[in-house]
Amino acid sequence: MNTLSDTTLSSFRQGMRDGTPIGMGYFAVSFSLGITARAAGLTPFQGFLASLLCNASAGEYAAFSLIAVNATYLEVAVITLIANARYLLMSCAMSQRMRPGIPFYHRLFMAFDITDELFGIAIGRPGYLSPAYTYGAMLVAAPCWAFGTAIGALAGSILPLRLVSAFSVALYGMFLAIIIPPARRDRVIAGLILLCFACSFLASCLPFLASVSSGTKTILLTVIISAAAAILFPINNKTKEKSS
Amino acid sequence: MSHNIYIYILVMAGVSFAIRSLPLTLIQTQIKNRFIQSFLYYVPYVTLAVMTFPAILEATQSRISGGAALVIGVVAAWMGADLFQVALCCCGSVLLLEFFL
Repeated sequence: MNTLSDTTLSSFRQGMRDGTPIGMGYFAVSFSLGITARAAGLTPFQGFLASLLCNASAGEYAAFSLIAVNATYLEVAVITLIANARYLLMSCAMSQRMRPGIPFYHRLFMAFDITDELFGIAIGRPGYLSPAYTYGAMLVAAPCWAFGTAIGALAGSILPLRLVSAFSVALYGMFLAIIIPPARRDRVIAGLILLCFACSFLASCLPFLASVSSGTKTILLTVIISAAAAILFPINNKTKEKSS
Repeated sequence: MSHNIYIYILVMAGVSFAIRSLPLTLIQTQIKNRFIQSFLYYVPYVTLAVMTFPAILEATQSRISGGAALVIGVVAAWMGADLFQVALCCCGSVLLLEFFL
């Protein structure tokens, strides 16, 4: 019993340690998300709440962009689903690494903050996933994300335009940091990204698509391109299993 | 029709949590269907790529600095910079360029 709780405590501490650099990165990036939230009409508190409950960069960003144009709740639900679809995959991967017989509430709590980075450090450890480790990392990283958003929404109005302009691209930098490393390893992904850029650019300037909202365009392009890629380049099970 | 921000947030939070919790709580076996596996594998890259360009050009005061941030971000990520470093490179390049533009 004593040894068990010692192990739990040390896993928790290890999680907090590993979560610290992640939290610092989150703070900087969520600051930029806060600027988007503010532009969409959210107060700093609403930005804080959204980030605390959603813990998603692309998902929140996409939803905020839709909120900015007064989209329907359904549109916001669909874009959140699409932009966060990768967490579905990560959750699937984590389900294969849970200790048999682990209490149900651990599955729920561990699911709450599945992000690229927290998933990455959790899945990178050998053996069954440790709930204590994940909670330690969450405890550090999640507040950084939420407070960063609030402060971004708050300071976005005080900062000079030049700095706002610079911070606004942090989020895109984060997106690039997620998609580029796999593109380096996998030519199909590299080609897909170029195709996506081209299609997305075309969709933004083709006149007959002008009335379609940008969120809907993102959904359509994602489903069409991903489905085409899945048909043309189906993955081999083991080779593509990676963490982040 | 105008919408309530708190309901928006509730929708976002509900969907985000459902996506993360459903597989972890429900799936006990490996997904076998190859198309679904492949589709799910490609979705994150495609969504993020579609959302990044051309939107990054509109995020900054000048399209040139947005374009530069894109190129520098891609190069930095390609060379192995982590998330924080890539974001920093993008911000830094915009800040520097917009001094001159």
